[in-house]
Amino acid sequence: MQQQTIHIKQEEKKIWNILENVTDPEVPVLTILDLGIVRNVAINNNDVEICITPTYSGCPAMDMIAANIRMELMAAGYENIFIKNILSPAWTTDWMSEAGKQKLKAYGIAPPSDKPQVCNSGLFAPNEAIQCPQCNSYHTHRISEFGSTACKALYQCDNCKEPFDYFKCH
Amino acid sequence: MFQNKIDYLLFLADSNLILSQRNAEWCGHGPVLEQDIAITNITLDLLGQARNFYQYAATLINQSTNQPTKLVSEDSLAYLRTEREFKNLLLCELPKGDWAQSVLKIFFFGVYAQLLYRELMKNEDEQIAAIAEKSLKETNYHVRWSGEWVIRMGDGTEESNQRLKNALQYLWPFTGEMFVAAAFEINNGINLSAIKEQWLQHVTTVFEEATISMPDINAAMQSGGKQGIHTEHMGFILAEMQYLQRTYPNSEW
Repeated sequence: MQQQTIHIKQEEKKIWNILENVTDPEVPVLTILDLGIVRNVAINNNDVEICITPTYSGCPAMDMIAANIRMELMAAGYENIFIKNILSPAWTTDWMSEAGKQKLKAYGIAPPSDKPQVCNSGLFAPNEAIQCPQCNSYHTHRISEFGSTACKALYQCDNCKEPFDYFKCH
Repeated sequence: MFQNKIDYLLFLADSNLILSQRNAEWCGHGPVLEQDIAITNITLDLLGQARNFYQYAATLINQSTNQPTKLVSEDSLAYLRTEREFKNLLLCELPKGDWAQSVLKIFFFGVYAQLLYRELMKNEDEQIAAIAEKSLKETNYHVRWSGEWVIRMGDGTEESNQRLKNALQYLWPFTGEMFVAAAFEINNGINLSAIKEQWLQHVTTVFEEATISMPDINAAMQSGGKQGIHTEHMGFILAEMQYLQRTYPNSEW
């Protein structure tokens, strides 16, 4: 019995490692593990169940992510793959890994702040101090709270003048 | 009781879908690029929320009918129901109009949805609570964005102020319907009169900032959406949205 449990744990770990190969189609430097959208991996006999959660309700990448998970697992020899979409608890940028944040910055997207200051619903919320991913200046301003994808806001650096995406806190 | 839950899910799904379809008309036509992107982002959120409600409604419908040959799906609910079967608020189907009309509509609906989702998060049905929890985070952004636009236009130039007033005059009679319970909303644990009070409070605060006077809250209001009796605009929006599935049944991407 105990041995079986250990075996399952090892198998699950193997699957987590395989999932490292699946990236976000919109932000290809991030793996789905960096994003924190894989919530659970479970093995039951020959069935593999993967629970994923969307970043935003309308995220158009979810179907493709599910398909890519399936492809990776099939390539590794798994057959009975069940991908479950769960909504609660709702995804938050707090689940993004430190490695993910570093990768985002290197890619030119400002990562979500550690301590979000404006995740509130107040009107004309003050601009969050977001660091420019190019020149590291905090002298930046928000152009729009909505950006090229649902998860990003548009900023511009007042120092190097470069516009950039900010992966907004959520 | 079970049918009430399905109808309520359809009401939430339809309202989000139709408002989303309406707002999508701005795609590529926004006044400036950033705002075009903003309104289409909001549109995408509304579409995602609608899908979540439709998917759950479809699951419940399929459970209740026990007819495996005629399974419904989120797509069949969106594309193959007729006008009389849609339960969305009339507010959501009104023409996009000018920028003032669109942002004011998003604001009115957003404040309502925000209050509703806060209540639905406590719903005993776990899936409804989960969808509400997810939707609320997105709706907070919509309310802030549209509220800021209402203030900017009301307290802006003579023309923006006039446009907002025109939009208000047109949209106001369609706001009352949100707070009148349909048969499927009775005993569902949502206190609509409490929500109405908070809604009025939020709108009043923003209107004060916008230097817009609050309209008569006892004015005569339009109704019918929740019962499937729609304005003359509804047929056109469905014709456009459902055209492909009606012409080429079962076509897929």
